[in-house]
Amino acid sequence: MTALRTGDWEDARRPDLARIENDQPGERLQKIWETGPGLKGWFSDVDHKAIGKRYIVTAFLFLILGGLEALVMRVQLGAPNQRLLSPEQYNQLFTMHGISMIFLYASPILTGFSNYLWPLLLGSRDMAFPRLNALSYWIYLASGLFIYAGFVTGHGADDGWFNYVPYASKPYNPGVNMDIYALGLILLGLSTTVGAANFIVTFLRTRAPGMSVNRVPILIWGTLTASVANLLAVPSVSLAFFLLWMDRQFGTHFYDAGKGQPLLWQHLFWMFGHPWVYAIVLPAMGMVSDGLPTFCRRPLVGYTPVALATVSTMALGFGVWVHHMFATGLPNLPLAFFSGASLIITVPSAVAVFAWVATIWTGRPVITTAFLFFASMIVLFVIGGVSGVMTASVPVDWQLTDTYFVVGHLHYVLIGINVFPVVGAIYYWFPKMTGRLMNEALGRWNFWIMFIGFNVGFLPMHTLGLLGMPRRIYTYPAGMGWSVQNLIVSLGSAMFATGVFLTLINVWISRKGGERAGPNPWGAPTLEWSVPSPPPPYNFAVIPLIASRHPLWEAQLDESPARSSLNEGLLLDHGRETIGTSMLDGEPNLILEMPGDSAAPFILTLGLTLMFIGGVLRLWWLAGLGGAICAVALVDWFWPRRVHAGAETSNG
Amino acid sequence: MTAPANLGLARWPLGYLATSGPRADPVTALMWGLIGLSLLVITIITISVVWGVIARRSAISPGALEGAPLTSGGAGMMWIYVGMPLTVVALVGSLFWTMAALASVDRPAAVPRLTIDVTGRQWWWEVHYPGPGPEQGFETANEIHIPVGEPVLIRLHGGDVIHSFWVPALSGKTDTIPGRENLAWLQANRAGVYRGQCTEYCGLQHAHMAAFVIAQPRDEFDAWRNNQLKTGVPAATPVTAMGEATFVDRCGKCHAVEGTAANGRGAPNLTHLMTRQTLAAGVLDNNIDNLSGWISDPQAQKPGANMPITFLSGPQLRAVVAYLETLR
Repeated sequence: MTALRTGDWEDARRPDLARIENDQPGERLQKIWETGPGLKGWFSDVDHKAIGKRYIVTAFLFLILGGLEALVMRVQLGAPNQRLLSPEQYNQLFTMHGISMIFLYASPILTGFSNYLWPLLLGSRDMAFPRLNALSYWIYLASGLFIYAGFVTGHGADDGWFNYVPYASKPYNPGVNMDIYALGLILLGLSTTVGAANFIVTFLRTRAPGMSVNRVPILIWGTLTASVANLLAVPSVSLAFFLLWMDRQFGTHFYDAGKGQPLLWQHLFWMFGHPWVYAIVLPAMGMVSDGLPTFCRRPLVGYTPVALATVSTMALGFGVWVHHMFATGLPNLPLAFFSGASLIITVPSAVAVFAWVATIWTGRPVITTAFLFFASMIVLFVIGGVSGVMTASVPVDWQLTDTYFVVGHLHYVLIGINVFPVVGAIYYWFPKMTGRLMNEALGRWNFWIMFIGFNVGFLPMHTLGLLGMPRRIYTYPAGMGWSVQNLIVSLGSAMFATGVFLTLINVWISRKGGERAGPNPWGAPTLEWSVPSPPPPYNFAVIPLIASRHPLWEAQLDESPARSSLNEGLLLDHGRETIGTSMLDGEPNLILEMPGDSAAPFILTLGLTLMFIGGVLRLWWLAGLGGAICAVALVDWFWPRRVHAGAETSNG
Repeated sequence: MTAPANLGLARWPLGYLATSGPRADPVTALMWGLIGLSLLVITIITISVVWGVIARRSAISPGALEGAPLTSGGAGMMWIYVGMPLTVVALVGSLFWTMAALASVDRPAAVPRLTIDVTGRQWWWEVHYPGPGPEQGFETANEIHIPVGEPVLIRLHGGDVIHSFWVPALSGKTDTIPGRENLAWLQANRAGVYRGQCTEYCGLQHAHMAAFVIAQPRDEFDAWRNNQLKTGVPAATPVTAMGEATFVDRCGKCHAVEGTAANGRGAPNLTHLMTRQTLAAGVLDNNIDNLSGWISDPQAQKPGANMPITFLSGPQLRAVVAYLETLR
């Protein structure tokens, strides 16, 4: 707080300190921050909480679609020689299943939670760039619809989410299906990129005064690390798809066997793809690192090693992409290097696992549904981890790769480390979002059906792989020794899907009928629990002043004499404002004026989508029209507006 | 559709937990080692979590969490201090074993006397045995004969899209990539039929792209090879003569039978078709009924395959089958 009085303060105006009394200053802030009514208000909303919830709902819809696709495939594979699906239908289904789960569910669901939670965890009133945040959501939605538009019209991508050339190139795949996938992913890349930039700046500049980097929750570390990774990784895949689109539309030769190189695709794709895998699990690991200690009634064991492990996982994650290409005939020396890197990346993950187990052993766990999801994730994570170690071993991977063993491995990683923490997070943060608790009794059923169904359905995939069943086959002959286990996998998958369905039912009935929750029903330590449930549009009536990692546990833990100030803090009520703080120590040095609601992000997304539709259908006038709409939207977005004196303008 | 007989020695024809030969065996040992290590780690952590939750469980109900007592401190860091060195030792051990296995399967003990070119195509395997001169080579499809106990070099080529060549009981996978030549080698220690399969997704009939490696004693192999080097025999009866003419006319653009005018290179070489055990890359057993059914409507058996419906008349079909039957 020294900066408010010293030369580090960079603004003309200094914020007042105020105390929350009765409804002051809330009533005034409500008027400033609330979103306008009606449809226009809905399309103009830039509140991170609304955007976060939209992300979560949209991502869950894609999870349901991807799940239904999987169930249809499991009917086909439940017995040998089934003819329910034609090969083409099966290929489109497994491709859309992968795209839905990896691109349209796993990452956006975490973005949704982080969007909702970040400003609340950091003691800020919104993300650094609220309009960019809205843009990120709208583009995500548009790209999802764009990709699914191909599928529902019978032109779904059919070369897997990994989309290897030459099968994805024009001679072997002449329809528009691949063009839709290529441009759809470039569109999604825009969303991911602006979202990632927003998280990074939000982390660097909008933490509450006193929240130095060693006091942020692990979820922040997870999403931050994933965002940095996305900024570096997404250009690779966007380039890969752009080159593919050029090859297909204009006859360039980037991926030709003669003039180009088919393996170029694999390098570009996996240079993105593997970091992305970590980007879709690290924030979820952060949820566990923050949620588990609440129920264990103690701080996380090893905060610093876990935070460092998060960052180093990502750094190492950029050096392992070739382990997806062990069978491509590359020389042994690079294979040995990537094999070593892929084994070593286990080290930081193990740090997190031991930290979680230690937190359970040194705490007093209170068993709730959320706790069960978080704790079971540790076991599922380890199963997915050790099977990952096996595939990291080059010669062993020559046998394992492209068999069901890898299907089992990746589902333990993505469901174990993403879906289980996410469902736990729904139980954990639902009361904050809605003001109501979810039903605990139904929650137990939900957990056990999901947990048992998952293991019955996905554990046998490992043995199926060891018995030689290849991936991506639409059927298989009898007599291969796989039939019984495939039936078990199909039944287990159905049970698992039932469990996920129970989550939805519980959300539905608890929305209106759940027990009322106070601000902090779990007795949790972090800032989001200091505000009402659901939080007001301005989040914090006064910006709190932070003195420790666990602002709400300080009195009980008594780890130091310093105390955070939650009811007395910075009053910023001259407009939409929050505090800007220094990058490492969180010293306040600026009042950040936040932009108001705007439909420009939505209009910009419409324009972009038209451009991309034009690109697929080769309707260049339509692409031009889309470009013109983008230009108009951007002019509106950046149009200088009269703002109150003494603060920087912001168009973010 | 009659499914082909189980061409493979094991109950799991594509399994690789039991292998035969120096390219696969060191890897199989490592695989079992890593499986054992994995099960150990899973057991330890699962017990730690479950036991920890049960032993340390608090009596507080979920509804009373707000204001429930907190603890801090404790010896939690010991888990990391003890666990991490053990983890690192296990990983470094795995790494060294991996490198040792990699080195031991890198190349065969002796220089291979036999080299075979295998080309992955949608959705079958073209198999070429080069001779010392071009005239002594021959071509076949989907079934690769090798002499038992000898290392064999396989040169892998990509015919269209990327495929992956895999005979699990003998060797791990190597991709066949257009524009590249990849090398693999294998050696069967026991005679028998080893099933293989394309394992890189390659389109509609990726599921039906089996390969078979038939390991034979050297003399049997030589006999097979000498037979394959012969070109087709002239048609002996009017029916087979009609069959040959029809075949050349209707099938010869894609298929070849050496010694006739049928010289297509886009589909399997049928010069010694009846010496093969399956049709359509493992989809059907090779017998007269299946052959007739396959020729009249390949799309029913293998939808999407590049072989079209042939629209042969009944007599034409019978004649073609009778002719093909002579290709031994």
